[in-house]
Amino acid sequence: MKKKLLSVILATAVAASLLAGCGSSAADTAAPAADAAAPAADAAAPADSSGGGKTYALVTKSAGNPFMERMASGFQEVVEAQGGTVVIQNPEAATPDAQISVIQSLISQGVDSIAVDGNDANALTAVLTEASGKGIKILTLDSDVAPDTRTVYCNQAGVSQIGETLMEAVYDLTGGEGDWAILSATSQATNQNAWIDAMKKLMESDSKYAKLNLVEVAYGDDEPQKSTDQTQALLQNYPDLKVICAPTTVGIAAAAKVLQDQKSSVKLTGLGLPSEMAEYIGEDDAHSCPYMYLWNPIDLGRLAGYTSIALVDGSITGAAGDSFKAGDLGDYTIEEIDGSTQIILGPPFKFDPSNIDEWKTVY
Amino acid sequence: MKKKSIGQFLSGSREASLVIVLIVLLIVVGVINPSFLSFTNIRQIFLNNTLTFLMALGMLCVMLTAGIDISITSTLAFAGMSIGLLQKYNVVHNTFLLFVIGAAIGIFCGFLNGIIIAKGHVAPIICTMGFMYIWRGMAYVISNNNWASGMDVAGFSDFGKDGAPGPYIILVIAYVVFFVMMKWTRFGRKIYAVGSNTEAARVSGINVDRTLASVYTIMGFLAGVAGVLSVSIYASAQPNMQYGKEMDVIAACVIGGVAMSGGRGSVAGTFLGALIIGIISKALPMVNIPNFWQNLIKGVIILAVVILNVVTQRTMEKQNLLRREM
Repeated sequence: MKKKLLSVILATAVAASLLAGCGSSAADTAAPAADAAAPAADAAAPADSSGGGKTYALVTKSAGNPFMERMASGFQEVVEAQGGTVVIQNPEAATPDAQISVIQSLISQGVDSIAVDGNDANALTAVLTEASGKGIKILTLDSDVAPDTRTVYCNQAGVSQIGETLMEAVYDLTGGEGDWAILSATSQATNQNAWIDAMKKLMESDSKYAKLNLVEVAYGDDEPQKSTDQTQALLQNYPDLKVICAPTTVGIAAAAKVLQDQKSSVKLTGLGLPSEMAEYIGEDDAHSCPYMYLWNPIDLGRLAGYTSIALVDGSITGAAGDSFKAGDLGDYTIEEIDGSTQIILGPPFKFDPSNIDEWKTVY
Repeated sequence: MKKKSIGQFLSGSREASLVIVLIVLLIVVGVINPSFLSFTNIRQIFLNNTLTFLMALGMLCVMLTAGIDISITSTLAFAGMSIGLLQKYNVVHNTFLLFVIGAAIGIFCGFLNGIIIAKGHVAPIICTMGFMYIWRGMAYVISNNNWASGMDVAGFSDFGKDGAPGPYIILVIAYVVFFVMMKWTRFGRKIYAVGSNTEAARVSGINVDRTLASVYTIMGFLAGVAGVLSVSIYASAQPNMQYGKEMDVIAACVIGGVAMSGGRGSVAGTFLGALIIGIISKALPMVNIPNFWQNLIKGVIILAVVILNVVTQRTMEKQNLLRREM
């Protein structure tokens, strides 16, 4: 009797959790629609329903990241305005294995395209090749994977463009000479490493930066606690440090807090979210970050949305030279950069004391 | 009575051997990088590891009853995210009230663990694993995958600012209270009794179920407070905050000599264990160990200390045995 009761309870629990699971994933995809509602109005105008009846998937780096959330909202807005169905998957952790299982389930769902924000350049090769083999159009955005496993990469800004912008900021903040350090995310993050390499190459090739001394690249793993430890270690190990450049949203926020709390004279720049950084941006000594950069994640998501649709309806194939109209974002042409096909969104956007108040409520 | 030799003293107490490990660590790191021993740095070790220090006390109680709780950082995230959102939507801005709310959420989460483990006789690791997913999931659901960011928690974050006394005061109070509770109160001794021999405890009239439920509730309470502190110290609330850090807390207890099989462990040992964990994570980037090696070395140090612990324990038992024979 007792056993029977127990099994009934267990069965109910399993059923309930399954239902709950379905419920929450539906809520997940529906939720960003609310934030996207405002810009959707103007994007809906050129709708020619070319996306109708198809299913477009987006795989983000991980859940719990506002940048990813904004990107997904842009993607969703564009695809839904064109009459397509959107599936947004946020892996639990920012690891390639978490993405692999998510992509496998998308393959069995039979989606028409998958846009991936890669957590590793090569680890996704097998699963993406399998998806392409099933006729699914693969593209990447934000962070790329191996070029031959996808059609095209929606790049938020050219690697060299970001390298130049950040290097120029470091040059400006140090006054042209002295020690500076980089606080990155994880040591395998594809985009982080590309930007860091671009900065290093610029330092070698341009004599303008000859007096700048990059003392260390520290990795905070996009964890507030570890980023805090790493920032404090940088301050203690290099007493002459002038500038920290953190090209990652979690790292820059943690570093900003450390510097500001300690009233350190070290200045900070990099890539950060306006809402996270509003507290710390200012010209005076009471603020740790005079200015920083980022692109618009909503626009990046929208570009990926338009690209997905164009790939699925066959108006582009992903070859260099293909061009298409991305709604009100304008016309884009696929370029060949370092042997990989890319669509570049535009130059990074500068956030400084003059515009931070207006942007901090946006994302 | 003859005086103990130094060797006997060292092998005579687990805490003493931990102090030695600590001193060796400090000397090695201090020689490589003298600025490690600065006041600011030592202070930051406590601040950056406040959460580990605090939750290790709860984990001590849980492990004394031969249990384990792996849902703590999920509880932390749920409580932290809740109070972050309360500020984001301008519902509550009073620091004290936020602590009360966070603690209440923690108590609720811990109580559920306690009831299911005590009354349902579910294995602690299974029950808390379930809640590990549930509360982490709840943190994502209520936040809708967003952060409560620096500007949302402005003002409140002053409490945990580097240099502000708040977190240290909480730590000192917690350790004093637990030290007294575990050593000299009836409740503290009950926890040890339940852990070392459940049946004997039951026969001698201790309400085992109630004691079990209490330790998980205490654990939840501390995790809730830690969630609030975390939001204040890092000036933002993310649904994935402190992900995977429950292992640091368990490691702190294990290093501190708390036995997984229950009944053995002390507040002083836990403190030293948490301190060693804190020093390791603070020191590794400061002695110029490449990033890729840091986790590996952390693991090696943890194992080395635990092995040392086991050896000390054995010698201690042998000495006790010898003394009894004489």
